Amino acid sequence: MAPTLAHYLVVSGLLFTLGMTAVLLRRNILIIFMGLELMLNAANLSLVSFSRFNLSPAGLPAYDAQILVFFIITVAAAEVAVGLAIIVALYRSLQTTHVEDLDTLKF
Amino acid sequence: MTPQSAAWFILFTPLVMAVVILFIGKLGKPVSSGLAIAGAAFTCVLSWWLFAGADFVDPVRIEWIDFGKLVGAESPAQFYVPIGLTIDALSKVMLLVVTTIATLVFIYSVGYMATEEGYTRFFAALSLFLFSMLGIVLADNFVMMFIFWELVGVSSFILIGHYFGKDSAAEACKQAFTLNRIGDFGFMLGILVFWFVTGSVIFSEVGSSLGGFDEAPIWLNVAVILVFCGTVGKSAQLPLHVWLPNSMEGPTPVSSLLHAATMVAAGIYMLARIFPIVLAAPIALEVIGWIGALTCFVAGLMAIQQNDIKRILAYSTISQLGYMVLGVAVGPVWGIPMFHLFTHAFFKCLLFLCAGSVIVGMHHKQDIWEMGGLAKKMPITFLAMVIGTLALIGCPFFAGSFSKDLIIEYALGKSMLWYWISAGAVVLTAAYMTRLIVVVFFGAPRTDHARKAQESSLIMTVPLMLLSLAAFGAGYPIIQKQFIPITHPENLAWWAHPVILGFLVLGVVSAILIYRRAGAKDPVSIPAFANRLYIDDFYTWLVRWAQDGTASLLGWVDRWIIEGVGVQFTAKLTWSVGFALRFLQFGNIQAYVFFFGAGVVALIYFLFATT
Repeated sequence: MAPTLAHYLVVSGLLFTLGMTAVLLRRNILIIFMGLELMLNAANLSLVSFSRFNLSPAGLPAYDAQILVFFIITVAAAEVAVGLAIIVALYRSLQTTHVEDLDTLKF
Repeated sequence: MTPQSAAWFILFTPLVMAVVILFIGKLGKPVSSGLAIAGAAFTCVLSWWLFAGADFVDPVRIEWIDFGKLVGAESPAQFYVPIGLTIDALSKVMLLVVTTIATLVFIYSVGYMATEEGYTRFFAALSLFLFSMLGIVLADNFVMMFIFWELVGVSSFILIGHYFGKDSAAEACKQAFTLNRIGDFGFMLGILVFWFVTGSVIFSEVGSSLGGFDEAPIWLNVAVILVFCGTVGKSAQLPLHVWLPNSMEGPTPVSSLLHAATMVAAGIYMLARIFPIVLAAPIALEVIGWIGALTCFVAGLMAIQQNDIKRILAYSTISQLGYMVLGVAVGPVWGIPMFHLFTHAFFKCLLFLCAGSVIVGMHHKQDIWEMGGLAKKMPITFLAMVIGTLALIGCPFFAGSFSKDLIIEYALGKSMLWYWISAGAVVLTAAYMTRLIVVVFFGAPRTDHARKAQESSLIMTVPLMLLSLAAFGAGYPIIQKQFIPITHPENLAWWAHPVILGFLVLGVVSAILIYRRAGAKDPVSIPAFANRLYIDDFYTWLVRWAQDGTASLLGWVDRWIIEGVGVQFTAKLTWSVGFALRFLQFGNIQAYVFFFGAGVVALIYFLFATT
């Protein structure tokens, strides 16, 4: 049985839930960051699958969405670099990566 | 060489010399002074050559600024400014005076500056000064004259501030420049009025289109008075005269050049240049006459109580400039003030160079109460100074008597008051100059410096001798006819001339009687005159008051408006909003994410549930 749109969307939803769970439950900021990336890529996956199954009258998929995903991946890579840099800076100043310790803005 | 190219050479040689001296003057002192003197002598020779030739029919012009007719302007305004040179009777005689005196002063400076610092800079600045002055003399339009007018201001700033390490010299050059700027601002406004009404800035065209003022003649008077403000600043008339005595801080050759042929003469020359326009403005003539008459009298009052030999001469210059300005107001032709300028240039230059010689002999002491008995030690200087003095006080048969008496006689034709004021100034002139001669050259030496004084070197005394000849002879009709056309007043009252002579004798005799046996101190003490009628103090007070007032007002605005409202308030507002928002934070990232996710879910729910 060839996979259908529904299969892809289920996988995408699972990935998103996994990412969301990691963000909500884990205390290490690096793991949280990985969860965020997972959520982002889940969204990417659903985007390409919609594009693959949304065929034009000529029988071709909508390629612009797939091109868009490449851009998203590129921008995400840059964003990861910034995010990791922030985490490194944070670790250097506070000597911790646990989010419970990061509460200086609290009154 | 054509006369046209000669005129261009006259104008630009000093500028080229100034630049060249700056670049190669380091090669040695003779290079700097040699180049400057060569440049000045070259312009001098060319000026005499031009003088012998005919006037130009048309002035030489180079196109410079031409905006054509301004669209939509109601007046016939077009902005056209050429770089033009005028060679006529007026500018030719002025060229002669300026270049001849400049050459003599340049030569004299070699001796005076021999041991002084800043030798190269001095000669470069002198050349620049000569260039600026020649630009004023040759200019054929208001804008060009104004540019060179400002250049004279700048180069005088450099020269007066030659000893810029000295506080008083730095102050003096700043004051000279600032006070000149005040007058120049009026000059600029006057030029704008002329341009707006007549549509031209060229002297001849302005003069021929004065009809534009017919609707409101008051504007012609306003324009002439505004332009006259430039003269008040540059020619040191009341109330902007205070810079001239203070400019004595510069080296003595500078004072001599400044007072005789350049700078202060520029104001008078400008009025002579626009003489037909000035004559058409009766109210302005009234103002000019009063300022001139008051200046010549008040400056004389101040002069009789000064103790610095150069300051006495400085006030006498102001006084004589007052005569010239009065001459503009009373004379029917431009020759009346220019004749006095012509003779004054020679004898005032002579007097300053003599003073410089005395100062060098006295090892740079300038107080006349430290001198005395110098006549035997410096015989050439003494003789030259006596000739200069006789010319200045208007002793018969000397140059000053011809030109000054002419102005006073014309004043009688205009106003009895002006006559008596200007004749009264003759008493003062005679008194302060006699006082100077008696105290400096007669009696016993008052200090060691005076006892050891020696005659100056030949390079300084030769210009003195040449100028003495001019100071004696420049006024005789046979010479005057060659240079300046003048007229003599008709129906002159019989007593007009004897009164002047009587006043002259009165001044000389009373000064001799008072100062004949003067000791180490002035036997007469009039604090008001010695303190220059407190005008300088008033300006100091005014500047301080105005400056402090403005500063504290601006300080208040800065502290309370800009900093208080603008900076501090914004910062405090941002800070307090941030402070209030801190209470919303509980410092748990997971919780934030949870609320964020819940918000997204709620948003999606409402979006879809409502449709």
